[in-house]
This record gives sequence, structure tokens and C-alpha cells, in this order.
Amino acid sequence: MTAADIHQKLVAKFGDKITGANLEAIDPWVEVAPAAIVEVAAYLKSDPALAFDALNNLCGVDYLEPDPKKAAKFGHEPHVEVVYHLYSYTHRHALVVKVKLPRWQGGVAGKLPEVPSVSGVWAIADWHEREAFDLVGIQFTGHPNLHRILCAEDWVGHALRKDYEFPLEYHGIRGR
Amino acid sequence: MSLQLEDPRIIEFDVRTDEMLVNMGPQHPSTHGVLRLLLKTDGEVIHEVTPHLGYLHRSAEKIGENLAPQQWIPYTDRMDYLAGMNMNLGWSLAVEKLIKMEVPDKAMVLRVAIAEMGRIASHLVGMGAYGLDLGTFSPFLYAFREREIILDLFEEVCGARLTYSYITIGGTTHELPAQITIPPGLAALIGEKMDRKLSWIEACLLFLDWLEKRIPEYHTLLTENQIFIKRTAGLGIMPREMAIDYGCTGPVLRGSGVNHDLRRDGEPIYTRMYAGYDFDIPVAPFSNAPPEAVLGDNWCRFYVRMREVAQSIRLVRQALERYPKATGVSRLPFKMATKLPRGEAYLETECPRGQMGFYVIGNDAVNPLRARAKSSSFCNLSVTAPLCAGCLIADIPAIVGSLDVVMGEIDR
Repeated sequence: MTAADIHQKLVAKFGDKITGANLEAIDPWVEVAPAAIVEVAAYLKSDPALAFDALNNLCGVDYLEPDPKKAAKFGHEPHVEVVYHLYSYTHRHALVVKVKLPRWQGGVAGKLPEVPSVSGVWAIADWHEREAFDLVGIQFTGHPNLHRILCAEDWVGHALRKDYEFPLEYHGIRGR
Repeated sequence: MSLQLEDPRIIEFDVRTDEMLVNMGPQHPSTHGVLRLLLKTDGEVIHEVTPHLGYLHRSAEKIGENLAPQQWIPYTDRMDYLAGMNMNLGWSLAVEKLIKMEVPDKAMVLRVAIAEMGRIASHLVGMGAYGLDLGTFSPFLYAFREREIILDLFEEVCGARLTYSYITIGGTTHELPAQITIPPGLAALIGEKMDRKLSWIEACLLFLDWLEKRIPEYHTLLTENQIFIKRTAGLGIMPREMAIDYGCTGPVLRGSGVNHDLRRDGEPIYTRMYAGYDFDIPVAPFSNAPPEAVLGDNWCRFYVRMREVAQSIRLVRQALERYPKATGVSRLPFKMATKLPRGEAYLETECPRGQMGFYVIGNDAVNPLRARAKSSSFCNLSVTAPLCAGCLIADIPAIVGSLDVVMGEIDR
């Protein structure tokens, strides 16, 4: 199925839970409301015509230009995205699903934005979500074991946030 | 278990052991790098395995956001350091997909030849080190003897032996050298004079002829070795659905019987490189498998790699045959100050360890907004916990080794 067909099918099924799409992009993407992601993911996997049995990639992206001089040219509202790259071994088609979140929940700096975990749908999402939590700072609710995976447990901050500040020292090791 | 003893005071046989937590790694020779496995065991039997990663974490993705795409290529070398060429190719193609650049024929032929040589070199380590995990030392030495010649050939091409940065955005940094001195290892093995001068292509073909004859030896030493079969066959069985669910790719996926290889089934920008080449994709089950082997076990994963080496040899031969006639230049210009267009591209390529994905988001600036490397080893390793549950401690190296992970790529 082409991305346009898939988008149509999703809109017919989920209505306004599909909040946007860009079907002309290099990799066409569909945007889903954060609260509906598990429902949509389960449907994408189980529907025989879609059969997205593989989650190729899951990552977080931080859209922010920390330099106020360059912010006007940046072209995006500050937000965080979770990007799901799906693939179907049955039909050999691909789809990108995106979820847009605020950078901080309720605008309170330090309070991580939340999105339901899809680790119940694809097993590999477990580790990918841990990585996105660790590096981008996204809280995946309902995740069975949401701990840091690459950084140490006591690490402070999330390195792939654009406004991340490099630590001055870590357990007596000088950072810069 | 209880035994009838003549004098029960001597020993009590109905012994129960406590559950123990055992650390395997991070400095353990058979964990293929700095991987720490926390084992919960009852005697020899594993109840639970928890992998702990991150000992090599350098936040390469953050570095990538602060560099131009070409400048990040050396960092991709250091991810899967056993197959640097293939990693360079993955990132270059992802950026080319974003900027909609199509490299000329000559660059594609060069890339196929070099990437497939890289696959041979990587599988040689994977195979040799797997033997080492299971206690057979000689295949490791033979594998490194062969790999040494490939590294010599790569050194002649780009000057580096491990971290090449040879394949770059727009093509490759150099063409194949017209004249080189024969690699000393190759000269010694085939009985040539050490100072013989020949073209790179001739040297490569001499090596491939020699390597092809050695493959039956590897099969004798490993594939058909009864001890090796006993250690691998029927162990670590991963059904097809589980492999897909856990995002396993590459030889691990094909060992579970999924006929999927991105060189044939991938996106056009990648498959056009391999158009017109004649090669097979080995997929389990195999007709010549030993009776103990089960679809998706250690032996199948290992054997897929062995068979892939033979296919890569075929591909390199065909690429080298095409090279003198290939049209175009080996590198299209791509200036360091070129701004990446707004948009995003995700591309997976078939690296020796699986499908390595690179995701690049451009935002009308030189540096990408996001440079993401989806590691194939990361996904392949995630399956260790369910695979190892219930097996013996001694089987853990056999199972983890058959996944053939490289920690540099997992931790990034």
C-alpha cells in the first residue's frame, strides 16, 4: 500500500486521532495524537492489509534553537517528537509515524513529556524507548522497565536535548 | 534427584542451591567487547539475564548534530569498527537520500567492491571469534591471516586499516590504485616475490582465488566439526516471529528463516548499486544442515554468515570486472559548507551485522538537526534475555557469540 492509502485507511478508522500527515516527504509520515499511539500501533501491526510487523527505528527528536539570534530562521515551534519507523515484511512497505509532544510537560522545565509506551506491541520498542528516555528525555508511560540504558543511572540531564548543559564533573572526573 | 546411599551420613545428595547473581563482564573475553551480563542463576541454570550496556557510550549522535555530514563519517567508522566501510556507506547514502544525489556508475561499482570486501573481513572476525568463544583456537588464527590481507588492500586504497572514512558523500575519496606492491601476507601465502608490482584489482583477485579455496577448510574446522555442532545446534532457538518482534536483522533474521536482504529488498537508492549483479541470499533452513540443527538456532545463524562470505566473493569479482568500464567519476562534489535542505530521510543498509539505519534531519543549515544511528547490534542484543533464559552458563557465550554483536555500535 502507498502512504496515501494507509493514511486514508487510518483517518477512516481513527478520525481526528490522526492529527496530520506529510505524504510528499521523502519518507511519508503520519502524525498521531499522543494518547492514541498504542491503539494506532496495535492496529497498524494487526490489520492484515497493513501488517507492520517490524519497528525498524524509534527515536526522539528535540526541535529547539537555543541561540536566540538564530531562532527566527529555525522554522519550527519548540517541541519534541517521537518518530516510529515501521516496516512490513509481509507487504514490504514502510511508514513513518510521529507523535508531537511539548518539550516539558505543562511547560514546567524538568518535567518530562509523557507518551504511552508501545513496548507491548513491538518487543524491540522496550530498548528503543529506554534509549529515547535516556538521551532525549521522554517519559514512556506503561513501560515495564524505564531506566537509563546507555548513560549511568545517576547521570543528570538528557544529552540529546538541544539545551543540554555538559556536566562540569562526574564523580570527580572533570567534564570540560 | 535422590540416590540411595549405603550410609546416608556421608553425604546428603538432595542438595539445593541458592539463587546467585553472577556478573559476566564487562571485561570478559567472550562478551565481544565491554558488555556486562547480570546472570541470575540456580547452580548452572540461568533464570534471568539482564544486559547492561553503555560502557562505550560517546553520544555520537550529539556529536553528529554539531558537525557537517562529512565530518561525522569518521565517527561512523568507530561505531561498528569491524566493518567501517559499510558504516560509511550507510551514512553517506542516508545523506544522499536527503539531498537527492545520485552517484555515478563508477562510484557505485567501487562502493559494491569495497563494501563486500568489508563484509568478508567482518564475517571472518565473526566466524573466527565465534570459534574462539567455543574453545577452538585455530580458526581464529586462520581468519585473522586472511583478514590481514584485506586490511592491507584497504590500506592501499585509503591509507587506513580500521577506521577508513573512505566511502563518503558523493562517492569515495579515491579511485582504486593503478599500481601497488603485493601485500606481504598474500605474497608469502601464494609464493610470490615480495616486491612484485601489480594493480589493486589483480592483487584483490589473487586474494579472492586464494580465499575461495580455504572456505572448505573452515567448514571442516567449524561447520562440520562434531564438537562445534554439539555446542551450537539446537541451542538458542529463535522462531521467525520472535526475530521480527525483537527487531533482529541481517544474518540473525535470515538464520530464523526470513528471506529478507536489503541488497535485494531495500530502497531504490541502495538496491540500484546491486542492480545486475548475480548473487544469492542464504536463508535457513539448509539442506546440508546436521540433523541436530533446528531452524533459528546458533548453528543456522553462523552458517548464514559462512555462506554470505562466498556470495560476497562473487559480488567483488563482478564489481572488479565492471570497474575498468564503469563511467563517470568516483566522487561528486559536495562542499563542506553545503546547507542540508529542510526535510528528513531514514535509510537502512545491509551491514554485516544487520540492517544499520541512519536518520538525518536537515533544517537549512550545514549541521543536521538530528543525526540518528539505529544500531543493528543493539536490536540483535535485545533478544539475549529471552534466548538465554533456561540455558546453562556455558551456553551464554555460544548464544551471544552467534548474534555477533559489536559493542562500539551498540553504545555509540
